[in-house]
Amino acid sequence: MNWRPDASWSMLQQRADLFKSVRQFFENRGVTEVDTHLLSQYGVTDVHLKNLSTDFSQPLPSGTNTLYLQTSPEFAMKRLVAAYQQDIYQLSHVVRDDEVGRYHNPEFTLLEWYRIGFDDNALINEVSQLLSETCGAPPIVERSYQQCFLETLKLDPLTPDGIEGIRQQLESVPALTDWMQKETDASTILQVVFSEFIEPTFTKNVPQCVTHFPVEQAALARVDESDPRVAKRFEVYYQGVELANGYHELTDAVEQTRRFQDDNRHRVTNKQPQMAADKRLISALESGLPDCAGVALGFDRLLMIKSGAQHISEVLPFTINNA
Amino acid sequence: MANYSTSEFKGGLKIMQDGEPCSIIENEMVKPGKGQAFNRVKIRKLISGKVVEKTFKSGESVEGADVIELELSYLYNDGEFWYFMNNETFEQVPADAKAVGDAEKWLVEQDVCTLILWEGKPISVQPPNFVELEVTETDPGLKGDTAGTGGKPATLSTGAVVRVPLFVQIGEVIKVDTRSGEYVSRVQK
Repeated sequence: MNWRPDASWSMLQQRADLFKSVRQFFENRGVTEVDTHLLSQYGVTDVHLKNLSTDFSQPLPSGTNTLYLQTSPEFAMKRLVAAYQQDIYQLSHVVRDDEVGRYHNPEFTLLEWYRIGFDDNALINEVSQLLSETCGAPPIVERSYQQCFLETLKLDPLTPDGIEGIRQQLESVPALTDWMQKETDASTILQVVFSEFIEPTFTKNVPQCVTHFPVEQAALARVDESDPRVAKRFEVYYQGVELANGYHELTDAVEQTRRFQDDNRHRVTNKQPQMAADKRLISALESGLPDCAGVALGFDRLLMIKSGAQHISEVLPFTINNA
Repeated sequence: MANYSTSEFKGGLKIMQDGEPCSIIENEMVKPGKGQAFNRVKIRKLISGKVVEKTFKSGESVEGADVIELELSYLYNDGEFWYFMNNETFEQVPADAKAVGDAEKWLVEQDVCTLILWEGKPISVQPPNFVELEVTETDPGLKGDTAGTGGKPATLSTGAVVRVPLFVQIGEVIKVDTRSGEYVSRVQK
């Protein structure tokens, strides 16, 4: 039976060094490390995320004994921000079902942080500084989601005509024809194009930040007041890898509740199980989340980039198949 | 035939695409942190041999292909069909020219070949990696050339033509790599 680790010892030393430099980065900025729970009474409603769950031996206040392994510490960290109004960061294991691959392990390490009084721009700057200080990366380059589409496809992802034009272009791509002809969901169409045609055009050796995602893909970001078609969500790509996702955070409890309900409506359409919305997060928002921005960054991927690793198994002590 | 979900995709899985049985060569999952996941899949069409790339929406199902691989030994050719035999059941399987394709020139009686059958009918014949064949025609080489530099064409008993070292003579048996069509060595009789 093979019992040897996946990562080499020298890689584990690099991993330890990267933990150290990330912690130094936040210490220099007066951001406090926290470690919130992995097991929660609530999972995520997000249609594209799947919680793993386990059963506790006793009934819980939620009325069941199911505990969900967190896909990110976001909800818990926001409750801390709402309660204590402090800048915080966390380096923690998170778990997502169904994800195994070159850049995926179901259990992985996420670096997530929240900055009070920051908007998306200020946080993008800080992500750029983090990449520079920990990996020697050049300054981040920003482009809006709309710009990406206009430059690559000459079509506008924010208008119905543009989306239809994009769908028609996709129909002529042999690899996609089969199901693209039947696809009616605009977000799905845009996401395919983004993954298959836009991401590959990104300059690899300069961190790329895509900003202003369509509101349908806002997730937990607030809507842009100057253009309600887009949300203040950003994604960072570096060396061909999706590295981070951040928001100028939505603080409106009513809007947040509505988005959770929308997710569940999509889940019904997709024949996925509905997920109860985290009531404690909603209560925290009702009591008041300060104006803040937050971002989650894949720590293992950061180490892959820094070390030149080609597969996530090179940077993890033990991957799922060896766990 | 059963359907397979994209989460069951892996190298070697046989699925139907464009009305043709296909074998998955590579399956890469593309999963953005937020948003729709895809499977970027490289597949080989088993009849045409073409390799194509397809992108599937994760969670979709695809029809499986009723394809099996059998190790059968080659018997003979009657002008229309090439006959292969299952050494355990002694059942004979005829394969037509379309299924045999380029493998024809490497078929040696008794050699065990890999046949792919779709709905019970052979669609492809893969010869062993190495076969031994007699040289039936080649120019007499220069005496004393043993280094094997340059080489010359030689016709083998099946009609296949391969480049051999100058010292190889008519009547000798040589070992050939069927994947590259290259000479490997002489075989002592």
